[in-house]
Amino acid sequence: MSKTISTTCPYCGTGCGVLVTPQVNGEVKVEGDRKHPANFGRLCSKGSALGETTNLEGRLLTPQIGHIPATWDNALDLVAEKFRAAVAEYGTDSVAFYVSGQLLTEDYYVANKLIKGYLGTANIDTNSRLCMASTVAGHKRAFGTDTVPGNYDDLEQADLVVLTGSNLAWCHPVLYQRIAAAKATRPSMKVVVVDPRRTATCDIADLHLPLRPGTDIALFNHLLAQAHEHGAVDSLFVREHVSGFDAALDTASSTDVAVTGLSDEETRAFVSLWLASEKVVTVFSQGVNQSDHGTDKVNSIINCHLATGRIGKPGMGPFSVTGQPNAMGGREVGGLANMLASHLDIENEGHRDLVQGFWQSPTIPKNAGLKAVDLFQAVNEGKIKALWVMCTNPAVSMPDAAFVRKAISNCDFVVVSDMFASTDTAKLADVVLPATGWGEKTGTVTNSDRTISRQRAFLTPPGEARHDWQIICDVAKRLGFENGFDFDSPAQIFREHAALSGLASDQGKDFDISGLAGVSDEDYESFTPTRWPVSANGRTKDRFFADGEFFTSSGRANMLSVSQPETTIHETNTPFRLNTGRVRDQWHTMSRTAKSARLNQHYGEPFLEIHPEDAMSLGLRPADLAVVENTFGRNVLRVLVTDRVLVGDVFAPIHWTAQHASNARISDVVAPATDPVSGQPDSKAAKVAIRPFAPKWYGLLVSHKELSPSTSYWAKSQTTTGWQIEIAHDTVPKCWETFARDAFDAPDADVSSVLDAAKNHARVALHTGGQLIGALYTSDRPVSVSREFTTSLIGTNRPGALHGRPSVDQPDPGPTVCACFNIGANTILDAIRTQDLLSVQAIGKALSAGTNCGSCKPELAALLNGARGRAAAE
Amino acid sequence: MPQKLIIIGAGMATGRALEHLFEIAPEAYQVTLFNAEPRGTYNRIMLSLVLTGDKSFDDILTHTDEWYEEKGGVCRFGEEIINIDRSSKTVTSDTGDVVNYDKLIIATGSNPFIIPLPGHDLEGVIAYRDLDDTNTMIALGSKTKAKAVVIGGGLLGLEAAAGLAMRGVSVTVVHIMSHLMERQLDEAAGSLLSKELTNKGITVKCAANSKEILGKHGRVKALLLDDGTELPCDLLVMAVGIRPSVALAVEAELATGRGILVDDHMVTSDASILALGECVEHNGDVFGLVAPIFEQAQVLAKTLAGQEARFVNTEVATKLKVTGCDLFSAGDFSSNDDREDIIYHDPALGVYKRLVIENKRIVGAVMYGDTQDGTWFHRLITGRDDISAMRETLIFGPAYQADAPPDPMLAVTASPANAEICGCSGPTESPDMNAKHVNESNALHDRTAA
Repeated sequence: MSKTISTTCPYCGTGCGVLVTPQVNGEVKVEGDRKHPANFGRLCSKGSALGETTNLEGRLLTPQIGHIPATWDNALDLVAEKFRAAVAEYGTDSVAFYVSGQLLTEDYYVANKLIKGYLGTANIDTNSRLCMASTVAGHKRAFGTDTVPGNYDDLEQADLVVLTGSNLAWCHPVLYQRIAAAKATRPSMKVVVVDPRRTATCDIADLHLPLRPGTDIALFNHLLAQAHEHGAVDSLFVREHVSGFDAALDTASSTDVAVTGLSDEETRAFVSLWLASEKVVTVFSQGVNQSDHGTDKVNSIINCHLATGRIGKPGMGPFSVTGQPNAMGGREVGGLANMLASHLDIENEGHRDLVQGFWQSPTIPKNAGLKAVDLFQAVNEGKIKALWVMCTNPAVSMPDAAFVRKAISNCDFVVVSDMFASTDTAKLADVVLPATGWGEKTGTVTNSDRTISRQRAFLTPPGEARHDWQIICDVAKRLGFENGFDFDSPAQIFREHAALSGLASDQGKDFDISGLAGVSDEDYESFTPTRWPVSANGRTKDRFFADGEFFTSSGRANMLSVSQPETTIHETNTPFRLNTGRVRDQWHTMSRTAKSARLNQHYGEPFLEIHPEDAMSLGLRPADLAVVENTFGRNVLRVLVTDRVLVGDVFAPIHWTAQHASNARISDVVAPATDPVSGQPDSKAAKVAIRPFAPKWYGLLVSHKELSPSTSYWAKSQTTTGWQIEIAHDTVPKCWETFARDAFDAPDADVSSVLDAAKNHARVALHTGGQLIGALYTSDRPVSVSREFTTSLIGTNRPGALHGRPSVDQPDPGPTVCACFNIGANTILDAIRTQDLLSVQAIGKALSAGTNCGSCKPELAALLNGARGRAAAE
Repeated sequence: MPQKLIIIGAGMATGRALEHLFEIAPEAYQVTLFNAEPRGTYNRIMLSLVLTGDKSFDDILTHTDEWYEEKGGVCRFGEEIINIDRSSKTVTSDTGDVVNYDKLIIATGSNPFIIPLPGHDLEGVIAYRDLDDTNTMIALGSKTKAKAVVIGGGLLGLEAAAGLAMRGVSVTVVHIMSHLMERQLDEAAGSLLSKELTNKGITVKCAANSKEILGKHGRVKALLLDDGTELPCDLLVMAVGIRPSVALAVEAELATGRGILVDDHMVTSDASILALGECVEHNGDVFGLVAPIFEQAQVLAKTLAGQEARFVNTEVATKLKVTGCDLFSAGDFSSNDDREDIIYHDPALGVYKRLVIENKRIVGAVMYGDTQDGTWFHRLITGRDDISAMRETLIFGPAYQADAPPDPMLAVTASPANAEICGCSGPTESPDMNAKHVNESNALHDRTAA
């Protein structure tokens, strides 16, 4: 067995430590790092499945020009030439980078350095704009810098954790588990979830406030006013360290909390919990950020903590949790259009001079660049002549994604560097450059509590793939900037970045890792997770602001007077409000997670959560398909009828792309409206119309290989044996057997079938050499065959392909609940009934379910409750 | 004083009728049994097993002389009734004996139909009806390089062909219709059957018209077809159908159609005369399969015992047995505009099933190659059950109906719609479990750096 390498998970901003041990047979063993302060050995389902995502399927292995393989030299020459020509002919602002919170800090640093210090424009924005920008702006308005005051320990030390706009259970599962564990050992600890949806996170909530979407400010203003009324304001702290209290309070006091739609009882319960618990942490995430008034929402939360002095002390403070592994690192290097570097300000001449001097660069932009939405607007207008997209997929993730795709298509020159050849964005590029990914890269990331951890390589780069920092430096050198980009290693870049932070710190900035500016290559290699600041004089800090020292020019924090905007009246043509978000087992646009069959079993298809009343009035039944549309675009999604969502609200996941579904890029229906301060798009409040898709027939394909169906609806996912593809279509094929042969591209396979033409029920199984290579199931209703059973037959000669389910004497294990041990819902329910199991632990003892990663425990509890409920009813 | 009951014919129908009669009215009649065949009642259906050698004749005897006599009956086997005199209520046997009756049962069965082709009376041209025919075929099997032609691709002809083939005889089946067993199977099932028989070494010629039976020295030599094909043979078996044996009844001026007309009580146009079995016609139907005839036997026994009973000809479904082939046919499977088909076809496994649906009900079922669910379908046909709710999996049989079909929503999400699923993660509780996280990767090549 080879050596175990400690690295950091590439998914959310929790930043869990992962121990990876490559096996002799080429497999990769993955486990949680018990020494890492983010997770102490825990991993979520996504992290646990990382070993299933390192294969080379779909990887881009050589550079391509015009989607034809090219040499690195030719590709890099072309990129350099196009950028040089654009700057020469159209000026510095005619070029742009669109980068990613998944880049490592060192990649990010050189990208930012190249475009700002050498190409001379601040047109670098990042997918963090879609994720964190409102928090950044809110932090800066309140604290003077983009500073997360607390750390993860606060989540466990708090007496009250308020989770607002955060489905922590799915989006930051390890943090959720830490809170759940703390609450289990200290039941007096309370958890409040503020979310229009009854998410999985509500599983541990003492109080769930299903407020109307977009009314967070009213709630927190009400809280501030109540805090004042009940004498909870820390007058001393406010007097000494806070500005703007009176104005903020005035506005807050005039806010009508009724717009939240919450009952008096609910708001009273929330306020009294908050006032009774000094140790309170308010965790917020995309539900707050992704809003056209997200920055104000952030400040309404921070206001409450500032007014009560509950900030920067153990168990207290506002706490932004980030969605990407290195959103924080990107903010630290300044890789956003409105930042400079090391939390320095682009508008500040002194800061500019400082950075330019440090870099000894030819130039430095005086003004902020274009933020994401404006950037692609400029691309569309032809103002951007050369665009470089690194490590992200704006064709899917940007609001009004169809517009963004058009803009990218129309751009004179687009280069994409990515791990994968066929992302929706890469398909539109003139040049694609193969980049290394997790497991191949070396560098650092910063998580949500300012802890810098190493990502380490345990795989050799595949094909001709290069590291992002190398690619950027290669282009920079071709542009004639040898001096600034003569880096040999990430460690060398890191040292420069750390040194710059020391200069920034001298300017009164929070971000300071100058203590690491002298790390040797060996120290860098053995670097253990370290929370910043780490100053040259050895000063460190677990938390900021308890001392009342802020980074504003006055040194005082700012409370902002923020008003609850009018809640928008729903329009007749688009009466539903579409909320968007993540699911537990997928991440971003699925380019990595969709490789894991295990992860695809949680939600295998893009879906639309809709309230039963709305579903009924629209004539939608469970598992029907619905069209979700507005003037921007159109999605087709599987209907999940549930009262988790409020009447009038619907929810859809963000993950699906054109690679995995016909019409499920949810950003296609999201308007490009942005927060006026942060420029962050309002991704959770699209106005949409919904109607039944009403196909002639529904279908399911299970296959040993990937298929590309041409049906009007399709959604595919990888299984343990191949692929599973849900389809639906408007016209009935003349011959189902021919349809199946065409779909599976298997003209010579042995066909067996069941046909009920009158109902469009068809089942066609194709065998070659006695083994099942594919099966088609169609119906006039959503197809009800067991996906688990049918996919298990692929590649075998076992009977039952046409039956689509086990016979009654061979029970169907049901959909997988415990992904670790592959135990299905029916198996669990059966054990609960037959073995009289009364607890999740008992289920674990009987079946092992839930005894590994534990992520299914709430689901086991739900099954248990359901079974008991039924027993009681009987 | 018991009445005198005379029965003409001791076939399966008679055997079953007397079983019932002796049970419900043992003292009511003095029974006399005439049978042209010089032996007791045997299971004619099982003659095919005698032909194949799987059974001896003793094995298929169901009611011997001893059995009847034990019950008080008088057996006059080998004696053929040649006349009925209704006015004197007597019958006359071929020995000239005249016997009077109070009640008479005609159970003369059917006669094989012999196509009046030139040469049909040559030696070596037989029907497949009784033990003698069977023995003739068995005898042929002991001859080397023997050849036989069977005219008729119905159940009986195929049984003959299969039996002969098993005895080493080279057999050709000549069938006038486009596919075998056209009354019980549709074309697809017929062609599967044809394929299976071919695999057993039987030559099948469908849509073939016989023209003439050729002979030599008074003995069959070959069958000549319309198209000029000559099929040499040592034996020609004609199995093209049966005709109700009605000659005695016609002569006695009983009402007849295709068969002897009986009412629901199995009584003929003469109140003293009853009839049952393959010789009767009831409501326009004549009978060849055993199930409705056994039903008639019960009704007839009750009628004789003075009990009320009526014969109703229900849907007929019979598991057909051609040696080595699995067939099932039930109900009506002809197509029309109101009918919808569910068809299961697995050529590799040799399985074909077709259900004919009309107005939410199964009206017909044909199965080939896997007939184990036949009785279940038969029950659904006769029970006129609404099958809408299980239509998608109906054809897979009862083993796929016992519980609700999988919820299609479960395809999308592993959790029931009303169950919350949590985010994730507990600490790794057991080090052993890490093995679960060892996952496939690097399928294309080993790129482990370490």
